Amino acid sequence: MTAFVIARTLQAIVVLILVTLAVFFLQHLLPGSEARAILGLHASNAQVQAFNHANGLNQPVIVQYFSYLWRLLHGNLGFSYKLNETVAALLANDIPNDLVIVIPAVVLSLAIAIPVAMYQAIRRNHLFDHVATGVAFVLYAMPSFWLGLLLVGWLSVSLRWLPSQAPQASNVGGVLAHPAGLVLPVLTLALASVALFSRYMRSAVIDTLAQDYIVTAKAKGAGMGALLRRHVLRNSLSSVITLLGLTLPAIFTAGLIVEQIFNLNGTGLAFFTAVDSQDYPVELGILLLIGTATVVGNALADIGYAVLDPRVRQK
Amino acid sequence: MTTALPGTDPTRSAAAAGGAAERTQPTAAGTLRRAAATFSESKLALAGLVILVVVAGLCFIGPLFYHSDTLATRLYQTNLPPGAGHPLGTDDSGRDILGRLMLGGQSSLEIGIAVALIATTFGALWGALAGYVGGPLDAAMMRCVDAMLALPGIFLFLYLASIFQPNLLLIIIVLSVFSWLVPGRLVRGEVLSLRTRDYVQAVRQMGGRGPRIVVRHLLPNTIGTIVVNGTFQVADAILALALLSYLGFGLQPPAPTWGGMLSAGINYVYDGYWWQVYPAGLAIVLTVVAINLIGDSLRDALEVRLQSR
Repeated sequence: MTAFVIARTLQAIVVLILVTLAVFFLQHLLPGSEARAILGLHASNAQVQAFNHANGLNQPVIVQYFSYLWRLLHGNLGFSYKLNETVAALLANDIPNDLVIVIPAVVLSLAIAIPVAMYQAIRRNHLFDHVATGVAFVLYAMPSFWLGLLLVGWLSVSLRWLPSQAPQASNVGGVLAHPAGLVLPVLTLALASVALFSRYMRSAVIDTLAQDYIVTAKAKGAGMGALLRRHVLRNSLSSVITLLGLTLPAIFTAGLIVEQIFNLNGTGLAFFTAVDSQDYPVELGILLLIGTATVVGNALADIGYAVLDPRVRQK
Repeated sequence: MTTALPGTDPTRSAAAAGGAAERTQPTAAGTLRRAAATFSESKLALAGLVILVVVAGLCFIGPLFYHSDTLATRLYQTNLPPGAGHPLGTDDSGRDILGRLMLGGQSSLEIGIAVALIATTFGALWGALAGYVGGPLDAAMMRCVDAMLALPGIFLFLYLASIFQPNLLLIIIVLSVFSWLVPGRLVRGEVLSLRTRDYVQAVRQMGGRGPRIVVRHLLPNTIGTIVVNGTFQVADAILALALLSYLGFGLQPPAPTWGGMLSAGINYVYDGYWWQVYPAGLAIVLTVVAINLIGDSLRDALEVRLQSR
């Protein structure tokens, strides 16, 4: 087990280094130079040279990369000249706003997907299975921005039940003070991911149901309820952990759309605003954040899976 | 071996159904023939195929019979409801929606298919090479895949779009760059087990070199995975394209795309201009559902296990 954890951690570190390399490369794709991108076209050569000197940009690329890594290790993600604050401060403020919608959305979507998928798997090819599969297909095929705006049109414009935008506060305390505004963003995000979870879960349960130990338990007279709780649910849940790790980038993407639709001040909206105002340090900082979160999330998912399922460790 | 999609050719499936009894060598062609038989029995697959053929027919053949000016702005006929002359009404620039739906469908399907072809070809080659060579090169190649998988394509595209002017080529390249990773992983996984098979050893004994083994012997045997994943790639690329259009980074106006029409229509949804929203929206949903139905049935038919998508 320890060997597995060490190997998996080393692998994650290698991938993380590659992610920083990729982001570093993207930074150097900027037309002209980083100095021109930040100082503007009218900056004099002397200003550009001063900027390059101050930021170590006149060093060889390899040296620049290592000093970039060094800054990252010290929590320095760069500085937004457009917003006049550090990227780290921006992220520290915005990440809690993401979590406020992402965590309830993932919980809600699992709470819908798991029971539905289990029932589908047991009553395979019956009416309920077909209907649920159909709904999952349509939800999956629906562009998330349309789904969100349909919900707005129905629940807030026609029925006037819910506000059509997220709470307009810059920090997480202010956002949480108006929970009604969070319902639609959470619902949109949950519905956008429920299709993915339920289809995956359905096939995981079907796989589990075909295992020998389930047949044995049935033969020994285990009731359906106990069988599902004690054997099927536990074994299928472990695969959900892997799924959560794998879907992290998709969740970030859905989050970008949801925050854009409902104007929620999270990293997704910050990224979108940065794209509009060509605020490259913020864009690169958020890309790095997502990359890191995904790599760490996947590693944790693999390790968690190995803890839950001894068969994985032995491979 | 043939590269035709199983089930697309009715004569093939019929012949296969008759010949399915004589299961002999697990060759690529045999796998395809068996798969075609299973596929043609699935009602859902058939439904998906029918929807897709109708949509594609409407988009590619429709404009030959239905003539409309889809690009010019006509301010005297903006936001017309469906009626004579404009079966699906007009948009906020007075352009015919049915005509734009057809052209938008062409670009959506073409981009989707182009991305799927580029991504699965490159992914399959990458995965097969990594799996066949093994060792440190395999590890290095797969860590690169992991690192790229960690950066979501949409974010990266937006970053690139803030530097470069987004155009058709950039869209296809970026969507492909982020779509070859999954097929690459899947093919590598299969090649890892295939390369130990006897027939691969035999080819090597007879002097077959690496490239020949990979291209002639390993890749054909992963054709199931490749075809199934390629199918899903088309659907995912169409959705990604719609998303990019919504965010304002799709094809440049006035070129029509389904996503662009849908997001333009959404602006007017509270004015009751439903015909600007639902045709484009339903076109996306129907096409993506149809492709996914086909992909799912193909997966059942080719018995590809696993796979989170």
